[in-house]
Amino acid sequence: MKSLTATDVPQKGTEKKRSSVWKRALQQRYLYLMSLPFVIWVIVFAYVPVWGWITAFQNYKPKNSFLDQKWVGLDNFVELFGDERFYLVLRNTLAMSSMGLIVGFTIPVIFALLLNEMKGQFFKRSIQTISYLPHFVSWVVVAGLVSKMLSTDGGAVNQLLMSLHLIEEPVQFMAKGSWFWGIVTLSDLWKELGWNSIIFLAAMAGIDPELYEASTVDGAGRFRKMWHITLPGIRTTFMVLFILSIGHLVSIGFEKQMLLGNPLVTDYSEVLDLYALKYGIQMSRYSYGTAIGIFNSVVSILLVLIANGIYKRVTKESII
Amino acid sequence: MQGIQRSSDKIFDIFIYVIMAIVGIVTLYPFLNVLAISLNDSVDTVRGGITIFPREFTWKNYETIFGFEGLVTGFKNSVIRTVVGTLFGVIAASMLAYTLSRPDFQGRRWMSFLFAMTMYFSGGLIPGFLLIKNLGLIGSFYVYIIPALLSVWNVFVVRSYIDGLPYALQESAKIDGANDWTIFWRIILPLCQPVLATIALFIAVGHWNAWFDTYLYNARVPENTTLQYELMKVLQSTQSGNNYRDPNAQQAIAAVSPESIKMAITIVVTVPILLVYPFLQKYFVKGMTLGAVKS
Repeated sequence: MKSLTATDVPQKGTEKKRSSVWKRALQQRYLYLMSLPFVIWVIVFAYVPVWGWITAFQNYKPKNSFLDQKWVGLDNFVELFGDERFYLVLRNTLAMSSMGLIVGFTIPVIFALLLNEMKGQFFKRSIQTISYLPHFVSWVVVAGLVSKMLSTDGGAVNQLLMSLHLIEEPVQFMAKGSWFWGIVTLSDLWKELGWNSIIFLAAMAGIDPELYEASTVDGAGRFRKMWHITLPGIRTTFMVLFILSIGHLVSIGFEKQMLLGNPLVTDYSEVLDLYALKYGIQMSRYSYGTAIGIFNSVVSILLVLIANGIYKRVTKESII
Repeated sequence: MQGIQRSSDKIFDIFIYVIMAIVGIVTLYPFLNVLAISLNDSVDTVRGGITIFPREFTWKNYETIFGFEGLVTGFKNSVIRTVVGTLFGVIAASMLAYTLSRPDFQGRRWMSFLFAMTMYFSGGLIPGFLLIKNLGLIGSFYVYIIPALLSVWNVFVVRSYIDGLPYALQESAKIDGANDWTIFWRIILPLCQPVLATIALFIAVGHWNAWFDTYLYNARVPENTTLQYELMKVLQSTQSGNNYRDPNAQQAIAAVSPESIKMAITIVVTVPILLVYPFLQKYFVKGMTLGAVKS
């Protein structure tokens, strides 16, 4: 109110400025028409759900109106942290995400390094084309392929291991909980190996060729160049991506686990999102499910900040 | 010394080729194996031992699955959502990207902030579900199009591409009397073709591969099913021992084994992607690095 009266006082300068703001807005009406619908969209589909977090502090019943909900304070969180299953699920989530993080970074870097050293252009390009392919195939299909390859009747992996005499009879890979984390990690690697290497290859292509020439003159061999030039050349890219992935440690999604899992391995396959899905939607306990989601988001943000803090300490640079 | 260097280099080269050949085989074999089984007589398949060539060639597995009502509807819906979703998605992303790239636009700063923020948090599964429920989108086809209309990532990829275009083009068009919409539609959009091809590929693949929205919102509405969801149902049901429950399926499955059915559907779901993929490869590699460098 106060600011309104303040601007109401006739002052030539501000009046002119204000009317010119509106005039410019009118001039830019097409720009507003082209962007405002999406502003509404983003508020509805990205911001309103965050506002929905308050349901975690209520006993939300869909049939009641928004104001009619019963407030329960932190009860949902108390119940969550008191549930034994929650810790099991958290263990599964962290195990699979850290395995994915380690394998999903080191192997694509090595793959990119080897591709970078390849001389035959045709073979190199063919391998690239082939290795990007699984990225575009859905997890539904990948889960189908994986269970086919690992099946006990005629699965390629069992057949191969048998013909090498490493095993006597087919292993039931999909039925053993202890195999599950490894299967998820390797399926993910199979799907994303080529794709994740693109960015490293691009970083390697950006390294100044003079560095290599100079080191050749100094008598450095191939491996020394890889170690002292190529790898340091992709360090920044690597660190940025790595820190961003650390933020996703607890929010790894659930697609793989849901599609590859089966009732025999739930103790190893259930991750936070699946747990939220089970309670939140299948059992209609919306408030409890939301509380899990909040835990997820808060931990993610903390993890990114910690990772960035460490990175800043070490390199005096920040990525966020 | 020189000799040793050379031979160790040679060995390393051979090592690389061997590793790459293994990667190639491991990547392609599952697809070829499934293709071979899908084209093989299902009774013969039970004998096992099919690798990458069918032993008794037949189209019967495919003929059977195209008799499944759910699959045919799913295929239709998947095609529609991919085409419509991609069209709207590309137009929406480029329109917004253009306004955000205009240095003189009043809303540029706060809007950029509003959209950029959404990349760092999300409401989560349950609040998202409740929103869709309250909007009355459950059980409708719109649930495939509207909530997934924009990807902020794509918007910023297109924006950085527009930023790279010479601004003088827009200025001279303005002097010639073009309004902002005309500039966008006639000048910016045609120039953005490469980056639009990239994001179109990503959006289309996302739509084609989506199954979870069907599972969550349209599981009880058979006329809104999608191909991926149907495949998911087939795979999950045979995994846990039940047969796929399609009204026409029971009888068909008696003639053709569930195994062959699964493989044939997998191929039907995968082939459209394999068909467009080689043509678009040059675009997505470019788009991927563009987006990454800018962010």
